[in-house]
Amino acid sequence: MQIKESSELYDVIIVGSGAGGGMATKQLADAGLNVAVVEAGPFFDPRNPEQMTQFKWPYESPRRGAATTRAFGEWDMAYGGWEIEGEPYTHTEGTKFDWFRSHMLGGRTNHWGRISLRFGPKDFKHKDVDGHGDNWPIGYEDVKPYYDKVDKLIGVFGTKEGLPNDPDGFFLPPPKPRLHELFYINGAKKSGIPVIPSRMSMLTKKLNNDRGTCFYCGQCGRSCQVYADFSSGSCLIFPAQNNGGRVKIFVNSVVREVTTNDEGKATGVSYISKDDRKEYKLKAKIVVLAASACSSARILLNSKSKQHPNGLGNSSDHIGKYLHDSTGAGSAGFVPDLMNRKTSYNEDGVGGMHVYSPWWGDNSKLDFPRGYHIEVWGGMEMPSYGFGINPNDFNKFFGLKVGGYGDQLRDDVKKYYGSVVGFSGRGESIARKDNYCEIDPTTVDEFGIPVLRFNYKWSDFERNQAKHMQDTFEEIIHNMGGELLGPKSTKEEDYGLLVPGAIIHEVGTTRMGDDRKTSVTNKYQQLHDVDNVFIVDAGPFVSQADKNCTWTILALSWRASDYIIEQLKQQNI
Amino acid sequence: MGRLKQALHNIKRMDRRKSLQAIILGAGAVTTGLVFNGCNIEGEKTVEENIATGAEKFFGRTPEELELIEKLNAEQLFNVHEMETIAVLNTIILPPKEPYGGPIEAEVPEFIEFIGKDFPEMQMTLLGGLMWLDHRCNTEFDMEFKSASLEQQKQILDTIAFHDVEVPLEKQPLEIQFFHMMRGLTVTGYYTSKVGIEDLGYKGNMPNVWDGVPEDVLEQHGVSYDPEWIAKCVDQSKRGIIAEWDEKGNLLT
Repeated sequence: MQIKESSELYDVIIVGSGAGGGMATKQLADAGLNVAVVEAGPFFDPRNPEQMTQFKWPYESPRRGAATTRAFGEWDMAYGGWEIEGEPYTHTEGTKFDWFRSHMLGGRTNHWGRISLRFGPKDFKHKDVDGHGDNWPIGYEDVKPYYDKVDKLIGVFGTKEGLPNDPDGFFLPPPKPRLHELFYINGAKKSGIPVIPSRMSMLTKKLNNDRGTCFYCGQCGRSCQVYADFSSGSCLIFPAQNNGGRVKIFVNSVVREVTTNDEGKATGVSYISKDDRKEYKLKAKIVVLAASACSSARILLNSKSKQHPNGLGNSSDHIGKYLHDSTGAGSAGFVPDLMNRKTSYNEDGVGGMHVYSPWWGDNSKLDFPRGYHIEVWGGMEMPSYGFGINPNDFNKFFGLKVGGYGDQLRDDVKKYYGSVVGFSGRGESIARKDNYCEIDPTTVDEFGIPVLRFNYKWSDFERNQAKHMQDTFEEIIHNMGGELLGPKSTKEEDYGLLVPGAIIHEVGTTRMGDDRKTSVTNKYQQLHDVDNVFIVDAGPFVSQADKNCTWTILALSWRASDYIIEQLKQQNI
Repeated sequence: MGRLKQALHNIKRMDRRKSLQAIILGAGAVTTGLVFNGCNIEGEKTVEENIATGAEKFFGRTPEELELIEKLNAEQLFNVHEMETIAVLNTIILPPKEPYGGPIEAEVPEFIEFIGKDFPEMQMTLLGGLMWLDHRCNTEFDMEFKSASLEQQKQILDTIAFHDVEVPLEKQPLEIQFFHMMRGLTVTGYYTSKVGIEDLGYKGNMPNVWDGVPEDVLEQHGVSYDPEWIAKCVDQSKRGIIAEWDEKGNLLT
């Protein structure tokens, strides 16, 4: 069978349509370039009635929201998950990495938490502070103008706090705290832990005439039909098209490799269509990878040629190295003062938290080098599968019998409704060369493409950080007059430290740097080895701060796009 | 293939029909999956108008997810006797209450039938537990559980309805595990139903404007808003005015 090749020569092919790919699409199409977006999953528009899950009641499904087909519950808007049949990944024995993929237009931005934090000055130069890891070749001042532009283009609520490593931006006003969040504020303050309004990308105020304003259903994980939250399709790709941009979207198209010519320059990509399982080629002057840190690494490693025998852009042998994820550990508590709540009002709010705690500690006095932030959850949420499954477990805190049946159960359910508060710590791990993904030489996916093998282990730094999280959560819950649910995680359980990958902040696999021997891209996310290939997902991150990665992906993708446009003007690429 | 794997397998084949519909082959083009997005951004519309009315007949399932649901619906886990026993049991666990009703109005038995197929690992406990109930009832009262008097039924349930919270559930006898599971499914089935959500009083899942916790609720729980904090929060009377900032990021509108 001959590979079918398109006759059209695009200016740019963008592989992947999540945060990085969406931003590159918007910027490059707005600049007048002819853009092809290649996406492994189906088309998705949050406004499409057939795909929409927003405002569904649990009883609209026979499984009442259970997570059978979607990892975060049946209404979550991510097509994919931790495992995708036919598209496996493997592990080196004794190591762990959970890889979450969402194959659809917009990728993981359709369901993400919308926590939109800038990295601070320290986050780009953390080696200077503590000697661990490496500095970025750029600093906050390089990214700040782009953070500012992202704030204004996409919208993020928050407040100006003047914190040195949590820079302020162009904020929309935040929503008021919910009841359990007031308890959290008071509890955290007793321990000297700061709490500030969240910084998240939902429109609490009108941003432009193309997008709606938040109507507080709390369902951002289902993707917003009035585009009041940020998703890459609704806020970047569709506007680029509606702006008259030349954007062609290829869906259900799984990129196999970046193709190159005799000079070793990229000529386009080859992909497998899921619709007919045949291989196709697209041609372009420039290839921009935005398939996710691990998927882009995989594509490059699979793009072997005479000129690039070790994979495209891999003369440094650094592709896949320095893979890291945020740390994560959680806990929850029962707060008696939150019992017997009035259900007289709707407290759905925005999806997720209205308040959070940025890192407050002094690591020079702690046994781990980097910080974490605390996310908080709770409230009178919409029942879904699992609600009330242990209707009166909390009786044990009062020395009462647990279990039984009859009218009492109704009273118990109502008595305890909304009395649980949970905490999630999300922290920074140290990027290490010996945590990596590579091509598994013995395994392919159903499209015949060699798959990734992960090799990742936490160190005591991350375990000690998780211990600190657990101690902190316990202290806060006690400050709130509550009790921890279940026993506290022990040393043997790594203090509840979640498996690498579980926080879905995969970064670092194609890190940027000035030294081409120890990095994959330059500071504009252009491959050192091939000047017409760029990476705009989180692969070029040198380190993942105690923040979330999306806002930085967006800012850096915009910055790289500006550089591409500039280089084209100067006829350098 | 396990249920989860099957489901994931289905996910992988996501939305093929949709994508095929969307394919547009341009003149001479030999690519597939080419979509021209026809998304129209409407102008000024109210929130309510923006809620797609057409969405009511779907529930956001992909074709493959729908296929899985149809497949499960075509299977039968419990026979008629077992379904009747489940209904009797559900009603004892959560007796109906005016004006909401109970597990029957909430379609809890049907929900349990579906969930038992959706989570095959539950099947042994559910089927075994139902057998245990009849066996125990036959031994004690010489009749099946569903035909016994409420008093007799309760007499049996009283022996399994409370569990030792210090011992992991999986280390407790089957009948204890069974009742725990059945109670959990009954309560979750009821409170995820239309009548159950009304009974609970949950007020959300609809467009609204969040403007803080009502005063009487703050008072009831002994907390209050910090005026300094509230001053920074959204003024909902200005939510419809387009945001503008000065060059320092101060919101002007």
